[in-house]
Amino acid sequence: MTATTLRHRSLKTSAIALGLAIALSAPAAAADLVISNWDGYMAPDAMAAFKAATGVSGEVVVHATNEEIMGKLVASGGKGYDVVFVSSPFAEVLNKLGLIETIDHAKVPNLANLYPEAAKLPHDVGNNFSVPYTWGTTGLCYRSDLVKTEPASWNDLLAPSDALKGKTTMLATDRWLLAAGQLAKGYSVNETDPAKLAEVKDLLISAKKTLLAYDDTTFYSKLISGEALMVQAWDGWCNYGIAENPQIKYTIPKEGSDLWVDTMVVMKASANKDAAFQFINFMLDAKNHAWAAQNIDYKVPNKPAMESLPADFLAKFPNMSMPVAELVKFEQLRDVGDAQRDYSKIVSEIKAAQ
Amino acid sequence: MRSFVPSRSSLLMAPALAWLTALMVVPCALVLALAFFRRGIYGGIEYSFTLENFGLVLDPLYASIFLNSARIAGAATLIAVVIGYAAAYAIAAAPRRWQPVFLFFSVLPFWSNYLIRTYAWIVLLNREGLITQLLRWFGYTGEPPSMLYTEGAVIAGLVYNYLPFVILACYAPLSRLNPELAEASRDLGASAMTTFRRVILPLTVPGIAAGAVFVFVLSIGNFVTPALLGGGRFQMIGNLVYDQFLTANDWPFGAALAMALIAIMLLVLTAQALAADRAAGRVAEAKGGADD
Repeated sequence: MTATTLRHRSLKTSAIALGLAIALSAPAAAADLVISNWDGYMAPDAMAAFKAATGVSGEVVVHATNEEIMGKLVASGGKGYDVVFVSSPFAEVLNKLGLIETIDHAKVPNLANLYPEAAKLPHDVGNNFSVPYTWGTTGLCYRSDLVKTEPASWNDLLAPSDALKGKTTMLATDRWLLAAGQLAKGYSVNETDPAKLAEVKDLLISAKKTLLAYDDTTFYSKLISGEALMVQAWDGWCNYGIAENPQIKYTIPKEGSDLWVDTMVVMKASANKDAAFQFINFMLDAKNHAWAAQNIDYKVPNKPAMESLPADFLAKFPNMSMPVAELVKFEQLRDVGDAQRDYSKIVSEIKAAQ
Repeated sequence: MRSFVPSRSSLLMAPALAWLTALMVVPCALVLALAFFRRGIYGGIEYSFTLENFGLVLDPLYASIFLNSARIAGAATLIAVVIGYAAAYAIAAAPRRWQPVFLFFSVLPFWSNYLIRTYAWIVLLNREGLITQLLRWFGYTGEPPSMLYTEGAVIAGLVYNYLPFVILACYAPLSRLNPELAEASRDLGASAMTTFRRVILPLTVPGIAAGAVFVFVLSIGNFVTPALLGGGRFQMIGNLVYDQFLTANDWPFGAALAMALIAIMLLVLTAQALAADRAAGRVAEAKGGADD
């Protein structure tokens, strides 16, 4: 398990390094297909295997965050890209902007491998414009050897016991940071009512005083070193900690989690849509999709792929075996439109609070 | 021949001017223009004119972030100037042949990357870090001190990274100081303290001002150090601008914030230029006096 080479989602540090230099230009397209994905989010030899199977060559470019690729796609109208990996709220936005193509199910027969629930996700019922690639939850990741009682509620993180004060971290990305407060209060993770958001803000400001740090990328190493004892974490990332120290455990608080889904979309500006669908079909192949589950430790919505996972792997990472019916009970993060500016402001207020 | 001189100098200027225009003037103008548009509902830019982004900058929340950044940058500047001036004074007072060696060591950290130098502080300060291990080695058994992810850690990181600027800026006037001035002051009965306060310090104000402005301007806009050493718990204006561009996808507001920050920096630089001008007058006077 080479978890440490993996940096998905919001890779703050490299994003910082690259922060000032957002290239708006589209990549040079010598290959038939240009695919933008997070670093390490598919098999290193995937493109070679795809070429061997179909004769289509593909070039993979890397984005560090959803926001980074969104900036490029919105600025260029999607030109220069064929297939892009983005989280579901961003796929929703790309669809509303008319930048992505309808998925031609006839050209993606491997869609049949998906769990039936994966075709009924609220952000895109029927997989009209997006194909789910990975999915999971956001919960609490903790050191079971150093935390006296197993955490049961989001309040165990937001109002920690004295022993945990200064030894917890929360995610810095605004939607997940707010989700912890929204769930603790029993609100929707897409709540936009200003009065309720104000309550969430107050709760998160009081929680801030007990935090070690906000951390999107190294929280699991803080657990391994013992700097932190309990952190808000994506299930797959908690697995990176578990891989290093089996005393690290993952739990979903009783108030629930969000259901996050990362998807594949095809750009409307693509000149090679048939090949793009072929590529998505290739990724949905049970063996290829199982690679993602086994190497990035994320659940994939592919039934035969999940069924092929070895027993020792599942024993090591208990959250991989979460039943699909339970997973899809949670609410997805949705695009909140104009309320996004309120969300950003609240997050700034929380981070600026002394 | 003479008529060629201006055209040759303009020829020599051309690359620098082209560079500045392409990489400074045009991008700044683009950012400024961006600040007058609206954020599209899905994060793009809606090309309709508005002043609301500048209004938002004045919101008490963002104004308080500006003030807080100025406070942190101010503290870093003060500490860096005190330490840097003392170091520069010591170097200037060292034997001539050792001075280049000391200067070399003070700029040596610049040879490694800013991010790596900042990460080194994480290794030092974290709860299970080198300082804690050292304390334990000396027999300390209590709770490890919380040093990382504090305002102190952010200030320490800024001071450490920008200290060489102050040393270099203060060393220049200190090393050129005519030692006869100090001798004359002592001969006329001034104490060492008075000599420093009334003679040496005023003559080196331009160096102090230049070093201080470097530290302040670089600190107030910094976003890497607060993100890494502050653990995201201390929002500085640089982080706010970064977040608007890279997470909130609100480029127009981010542009307005960036413009406000540039305006503050220009004010500080102008103040420094004025102070340097006045001090230069004093230096010329003192030089004239010494030559008599």
